[in-house]
Amino acid sequence: MSSEQPRTQIYDSTAPSTDTRDSRIGEGADDRFNSKLREAFGSTPFILTKFDKFMNWVRGNSMFMLQFGIACCSIEMMHTYAIKHDLDRFGAGVPRASPRQADVMIVPGTIVSKFGPRMKRVYDQMPEPKFVVGMGSCTISGGPFQEGYNVVKGAEEIIPIDIHVPGCPPRPEALVYGIAKLQERIRNGESTPVVVKPYELEEFGDLPQDELVQKLADDIDEEDLVMRYNWADSP
Amino acid sequence: MSTGLERGQQPPVDVTEDELAALIGDRALARDDHLNAPGFVIRPDDVQDVLTDLRDEAGFDHLANLTAQEYADRYESIYHLRKYADPTQEVSVVVPTTTDEPVSQTAEPVFRTADWHEREAFDLVGIDYEGHPDPRRILLPETWQGHPLSRGYDQEKPQLVTLTEHANPVQPDHHDDESDTMFLNIGPHHPATHGVLHIETVLDGETVVDVDPDIGYLHRCEEQMCQQGTYRHQIMPYPDRWDYVSAGLLNEWAYARTAEDLADIEVPEYAQVIRTMGAELCRIAAHMLALATFALDVYGDFTAIFQYGMRDREVVQDILEDLTGQRLMFNYFRLGGVAWDLPEPREEFFEKTRDFLDGLPAKVDEYNDLLTGNEIFQIRCHDTGILEPEVAKQYGCTGPVARGSGIDYDLRRDDPYGYYDNLEWDVVTEDGCDNYSRVLVRMQEVEESAKIIEQCVDLLEDWPEDERTVQSNVPRTLKPDADTEIYRSVEAAKGELGIYMRSDGTDKPGRFKIRSPCFHNLSALPEMSEGEYVPDLIASLGSLDIVLGEVDR
Repeated sequence: MSSEQPRTQIYDSTAPSTDTRDSRIGEGADDRFNSKLREAFGSTPFILTKFDKFMNWVRGNSMFMLQFGIACCSIEMMHTYAIKHDLDRFGAGVPRASPRQADVMIVPGTIVSKFGPRMKRVYDQMPEPKFVVGMGSCTISGGPFQEGYNVVKGAEEIIPIDIHVPGCPPRPEALVYGIAKLQERIRNGESTPVVVKPYELEEFGDLPQDELVQKLADDIDEEDLVMRYNWADSP
Repeated sequence: MSTGLERGQQPPVDVTEDELAALIGDRALARDDHLNAPGFVIRPDDVQDVLTDLRDEAGFDHLANLTAQEYADRYESIYHLRKYADPTQEVSVVVPTTTDEPVSQTAEPVFRTADWHEREAFDLVGIDYEGHPDPRRILLPETWQGHPLSRGYDQEKPQLVTLTEHANPVQPDHHDDESDTMFLNIGPHHPATHGVLHIETVLDGETVVDVDPDIGYLHRCEEQMCQQGTYRHQIMPYPDRWDYVSAGLLNEWAYARTAEDLADIEVPEYAQVIRTMGAELCRIAAHMLALATFALDVYGDFTAIFQYGMRDREVVQDILEDLTGQRLMFNYFRLGGVAWDLPEPREEFFEKTRDFLDGLPAKVDEYNDLLTGNEIFQIRCHDTGILEPEVAKQYGCTGPVARGSGIDYDLRRDDPYGYYDNLEWDVVTEDGCDNYSRVLVRMQEVEESAKIIEQCVDLLEDWPEDERTVQSNVPRTLKPDADTEIYRSVEAAKGELGIYMRSDGTDKPGRFKIRSPCFHNLSALPEMSEGEYVPDLIASLGSLDIVLGEVDR
């Protein structure tokens, strides 16, 4: 068949063409060099798919995590990255120190009032599309510290979270499962809708005037960013 | 830095209570004896005077803790003093102030460590310290309203937290045509800060001019949580989360020891041996992580030593999981013993532990080859981050940090508890005072811990079957007598972990104060790193081995 003519249909066998391979590494070579995917495609080197679908597949399989240690859970998170559990096996285990290079943020620990605005800032610095895994009970509800005067009742108060992994702390296996589930969602093109959050960073001047704002007016610049915690409204 | 102690003239180690009473004399308004120590009530303007006398005349050179609390009619600051030479010698100095005007004299000129302590007392309880060099909040944000551990604090009140740029604190001093300083924020999200520490650093070229650790990014109200829990069961889970680097059992022991002494509970000998073994396993795991992350800090070595450290921790965690049922947050100790006996079949557990201990020397050799024997590592760590013993004492440093500065202070030996007294082991000290010595101390402590565990395993193996009592009889509801006060401490992985408790007649503590070793060790960071290069600052921070959960509590 001449390659000058466009081929309209396959009329020979659809078995994978192994001529090139056989000539390189000898006949009857181990099949492991050819993936199942390659076999399914047959001899054609092209895949027809939707671009979005392809991108989602790629995204799910090459996730860069933010190297972000907060509290107890970060110890188990380190174990998940390290020997034995080795998150990298699932295409999701390269910790990046800078939020600008990361796709996924694992929030491993309790969020307190002082850290809330900082975490929001780190999250905002990550490029889109971005995903968040909340690790441990503290990121769900404040966990064992829920009644604390300084503890934000769950990381979802501040940033949207895709996957919650419960536990105090969750075992590395649980975190791996959570991340596998996140990958599944990303492959399916799902993400968490951003809902309006009670705690947002705002300019101080934009806050409604009340006793607290007036009291702090001398100390804080109008344009400074602040986060206002209305503890009474917290769950 | 001068400590006021004249060299050559050593104050006496043993001081009797009568001698103390004579030393304080008329300045003592009353006596307020605690279970652990004689207490003297003094006037708020006598603080420096009395503390100086106690330090110089009676040799109380260690301000272990400062507890602040509010009663219905007064505020109280309690200075818990003890001696590095003999920590069983203790004295409490109680300073009451009125509710209307809670002002007390600062102790900062006498003990440098009072600086951070008094900031914390101001922050959480609301006592002002007159003459304090830096009266700011320390754990809560600057804009916080109210003092959360004072009476009548409204937790529902809204709060505002700012996200402003931090200003260069020394710029006016250094800014001219010739030189310029650069302000650098390290953290709160930074790989080298071991969590959420924020270090405000001012650099002149590559030299560190000013360092100010800004903590409180993980202040999750541990003291409030413990004050809301009942003695018997509800407090024990929290200590696991102070120093969360697998040092759980060591922390639980701090609470168990304090509460047992407060409520006068006996612990069966068998349970003490199990506790000792479990605690030392935890110490190994904690030191392994310290080593692994330190290698990560000074080399950026994620692939070899960090992973090796993690590999060895996994083995320890497996053993601890068999023993306690959890990998990290054990909740295994109970008042009066431990939760349950060793896992069945016991032989398997012993064999697993022995296997680990047998393999340990080879692993330690490997670490020595890779790390301490490595030339690059030695260049990074030798003679950097110098912490002189006198300075370390001023800052209340304990644990491997103090022992790396040649201070021979280990509560397992000096203030014995558990089964340590009956076992053969040594306290490790190094005289280098630098980052290298602190690493060496930790590595050798791993070996000492292994010795202890081995002896415990031998003991447990031969323990007669009908004497295996894991818990003594403890009443379901514990209500220690009202106004009993106690301060007790244990040697945790990072140093002296102490707890002050006051009972108020109910089944929950009236005041629960945690004395965290990391808090003190971290406060010495400016002494170690100012005038050095930035990389040495990171190395010093790594060798201090702080855990933010314990610094901020």
